[in-house]
Amino acid sequence: MKTIYILWIRQIIRFWRSKPRLFGSLGQPLLFLLAFGFGFGPVFAQAGRGNYLSFLAPGVICQTIIFTSIFSGIEIIWDRQFGFLKETLVAPVSRLSIMAGRTLGGSTVAVFQGVIAFCLSLLVGFCPVNWWTVPLAFLIMIMTSLLFTAVGTAIASVMSDFHGFQIIMNLLVMPLYFLSGALFPLDNLPPVMKTITRLNPLTYCVDGLRGVLLGAGVFSLGFDLLVIFSVLMFFLFLGSYLFSKIQI
Amino acid sequence: MSSIISVSNLVKKYKNVIAVDDITFTVERGEVFAFLGPNGAGKTTTIKVLTTLLFPTSGQVAINGYNPTTQQDLVRKSFGIVFQDPSLDDELTAWENLDFHGVLYGMDKATRHKRMNDLLEIVQLSDKKKLLVKTFSGGMKRRLEIARGLIHHPLIYFLDEPTIGLDPQTRNQIWNYIIALNKMEGTTVFFTTHYLEEAERYSHRLAIIDHGKIVACGDLAYLKDLTQSEHLEEAFLKLTGHEIREESAGTGDNIRMRLRARR
Repeated sequence: MKTIYILWIRQIIRFWRSKPRLFGSLGQPLLFLLAFGFGFGPVFAQAGRGNYLSFLAPGVICQTIIFTSIFSGIEIIWDRQFGFLKETLVAPVSRLSIMAGRTLGGSTVAVFQGVIAFCLSLLVGFCPVNWWTVPLAFLIMIMTSLLFTAVGTAIASVMSDFHGFQIIMNLLVMPLYFLSGALFPLDNLPPVMKTITRLNPLTYCVDGLRGVLLGAGVFSLGFDLLVIFSVLMFFLFLGSYLFSKIQI
Repeated sequence: MSSIISVSNLVKKYKNVIAVDDITFTVERGEVFAFLGPNGAGKTTTIKVLTTLLFPTSGQVAINGYNPTTQQDLVRKSFGIVFQDPSLDDELTAWENLDFHGVLYGMDKATRHKRMNDLLEIVQLSDKKKLLVKTFSGGMKRRLEIARGLIHHPLIYFLDEPTIGLDPQTRNQIWNYIIALNKMEGTTVFFTTHYLEEAERYSHRLAIIDHGKIVACGDLAYLKDLTQSEHLEEAFLKLTGHEIREESAGTGDNIRMRLRARR
């Protein structure tokens, strides 16, 4: 337990000390909310789809979470490069508890950023239909962050240097985000897009959040949660397995 | 009395390359043992096997009587290590780095904090403990790593090139700490180095490894006698056919040293 705690607190301390990361994390969601929210708002309203900013806000919250959590998972590469990983791997503690501490730490940071994105969206005019659903939204945010931290850990466990990092961002994170329905409605899509969005786990995170906060989900909340939970379990096991196989 | 490190017929293969080829040696309690060889001779691989980071292909290893493959945690509690490359968290303070280590090794707060203060005193970093490690010089980082590896009172201390890339004064200073700790706490020291004069001055016994095989093992007098040499440098040359730094001038170490200098 102490191992998990110390690894968790380390992530928090590192995050807290790196102020550029803290402020940078505010910039991106704000830009998306303002540029997209107000930019596409009129078109969206003309099409009879209502308020785009409200539609977009859950997507931007998920965006913040997925970027931060995949990045936290991938930080293992940094630790490997700068040698700190060895220090933890020769300690008399199980790999599983190391992985657990890191994942919880990364996820806490991501949820924290997600909450900031949520507050920013409130500032620019977003309003949940029911305030009592916010705790449920919080739960979805936690699950989303755990899921993508585990994905990042799994990737970082098989990558030995930074070179693959840009590829991961461009070929994994960006497509996951843009093809998740975070920015556009899921109905009336061309068949190919429809299939892709339905295979994307982030779709269900965004949809769940939208369902909870706006009552406007495409799938039922139960189905969203079931999908997120299953994928989360899968990646937690995969991440733990790959992490346990790391050789220095 | 049983040896604290005993290795017999150890082999480690990576795919088709044999990194360590059937080596056998022992290290006694309280000994300062130098493990020398040119680059790529198998030193670091051997240390990794002894410290549970790699599994042996075949052969027996016992660390403090435990098997590194099947009794990992018992082995891990028995040793402390300073790696060849830095392994501190630059974003944390010196104190936090040490504290992190103490917690990982299951020490309670009072015990570990007392120990941390004592060790910081010994490596003369007490007044710097609240600073972020990224503000430290190379020598200060090394001293901190040396203190860190000793927090949990290890019986064996592995030092892989502890003084590489440091200036002579700092190297001297670091060895003074190591030898003091060996005397004070009876810690067994197992080290590798490229500086033969360090091995000559500080070790009780030495092993020379080349191409994965141990070519000689014994005390300094024995090695000199064996090769009819005046100095360790000469003995090393006769045993391995080349100087210790011949290959170290090559890419690997240079890059490592440059990387370290940049941090």
